[in-house]
Amino acid sequence: MMVSDRKSIRVDLQLISDMIEPHSRVLDVGCGDGGLLDYLVHFRHVDGRGIELSAEGVKASISAGLSVIQGDADTDLKDYPDDVFDYVVLSQTLQAMVQPKVVLEHMLRISKHAIVSFPNFAHWRARLSLGIFGRMPVSKTLPHAWFDTPNIHLCTIKDFVELCNRLDIEVESQRILDTNGCIRNDSTTMFAANLFGEQAVFLLSKKKS
Amino acid sequence: MTTGKSPSNEPSDGPSEPEVLPGHHVRLSVDTPLALDCGMEISDFPVSFQTYGELNADKSNAILVCHALTGDQFVADAHPMTGKPGWWDNLVGPGKAVDTGRYFVICINIIGGCMGTIGPRDIRSETGKPWGLDFPVITIADMVRCQALVIDHLGIDKLFSVIGGSMGGMQVLEWASMYPDRLWTAIPIASAALHTAQNIAFHEVGRQAIMSDPDWCGGDYLNQGKKPVKGLAVARMAAHITYLSDQALHRKFGRRLQDRNALTYGFDADFQVESYLRHQGITFVDRFDANSYLYITRAMDYFDLAAKHDGELSKAFKGSKVRFCIISFSGDWLYTTEGNRRIVHALNSVAANVSFAEIESDKGHDAFLLDEPDFERVLKGFLDGAEEHRNVEAPPS
Repeated sequence: MMVSDRKSIRVDLQLISDMIEPHSRVLDVGCGDGGLLDYLVHFRHVDGRGIELSAEGVKASISAGLSVIQGDADTDLKDYPDDVFDYVVLSQTLQAMVQPKVVLEHMLRISKHAIVSFPNFAHWRARLSLGIFGRMPVSKTLPHAWFDTPNIHLCTIKDFVELCNRLDIEVESQRILDTNGCIRNDSTTMFAANLFGEQAVFLLSKKKS
Repeated sequence: MTTGKSPSNEPSDGPSEPEVLPGHHVRLSVDTPLALDCGMEISDFPVSFQTYGELNADKSNAILVCHALTGDQFVADAHPMTGKPGWWDNLVGPGKAVDTGRYFVICINIIGGCMGTIGPRDIRSETGKPWGLDFPVITIADMVRCQALVIDHLGIDKLFSVIGGSMGGMQVLEWASMYPDRLWTAIPIASAALHTAQNIAFHEVGRQAIMSDPDWCGGDYLNQGKKPVKGLAVARMAAHITYLSDQALHRKFGRRLQDRNALTYGFDADFQVESYLRHQGITFVDRFDANSYLYITRAMDYFDLAAKHDGELSKAFKGSKVRFCIISFSGDWLYTTEGNRRIVHALNSVAANVSFAEIESDKGHDAFLLDEPDFERVLKGFLDGAEEHRNVEAPPS
């Protein structure tokens, strides 16, 4: 077992794990070295699966006894049948997808819920960097320079919520994290959330028609 | 049991088969014949296998290792004819990835083979002569049915794992499809769910080489005291190229010359690579039967798991509770990562539990037999994880 307790995983991953019911079926898309999955399997007793692009991440995950396939959310989600998972998790990966909208649609086709976390491009520091200093933002959540970033579809919290509305996706809950990784309980308005949230975690489901 | 000795008048400088092969020898289907895919039945036939480690009290620690085209049951001990280490000696043994200190490992010579299990070289009881081409054409599924009989014979209900590389991986896939309740995990390595046109084409070259050898005698060489040595050697040479990559051959031999300083302007083996291939061919004929080679390559060519399931591979695994671990090698152009990925997609489409890793290697198809630390790490980690999971589902008594 790699993960010893809840505190040993990233803050946004802790928030994600809190959204997941024990004993559920979970697919972690872009699972890295399997840290979240390992935690969920051992502490939430989920039936966990993962998809990871990097060979190193896949080897680390399988070596840790996790069910992970080497693949790509852009191409591999379409194979899964409808409604086979309770949760599909996409943490800090949406912005690197070639087709984020299609990925989001597939997530809610194959699963009851989707959990998405992403860096907020409208955080005040990003705005400051771009608006005042005229430079592409580089921060803890966006650590890459413009020329070597994997992030090709950056968005803001407002953009994301707007896309969810367009796709008839219901936002069940959301958590906004500031620069220190603390939950901003004051960010109840979209304006505040979009300004002070450095990253966001959304629990989504299909809108009941 | 039938040991299938080489004809006594055959001159051979190479190692000869011992009178009795080491390991276990049983006769199966003594009362109930085994029905083969081709429609024929065989009964009361010999099967040879090796075991390593100890079967535990509740018979829950058994792993079946399936061998490839030219492999045999000697997976982890010295080969009785060549004296070489077992073909997966680096992987199977005490403390190794497939730990014989924990697992009871079984490896069975396949039906159609020539190391103690019934095949075209065996004496047919009805005629007192070798089967030759009267031996029924067998399939991968027939190999698996025969293996299941051995597992029955050992009193094992459910294997902890079925593992195999190349053709062994085809057997693994067939096991998971035919007997999903008899295995916890399935690990097909560097394998394929079907033989492509290119795969069949290479095999046909090999078969034609054997059948063009006058000493093949229409398949009757054993009765005529001959052996199609040249044809079988060429078949092996051609096949061996498909097991290696361009880079591996280049690294090993380049254009280096063999025991000479200049080209000879003749057709002797000027290049090291020629000498190497000739050696591969010549040593192979000492331990392998030409007709067996025909039958087994045919079985591989006939293999198309999807075809048996209305052309949809996923149907072969519908509802499967088996945990799969698919492993491919990036430099394998015989059974490619792309082909393995299609198996993963089929498994995903029925929501099967599957892991998949492509191991970086430029050594070609043979990488699965070589020392690849990443491969061993993944295999061991998967087995450990699966055991932890299994012990939750079915606690050891």
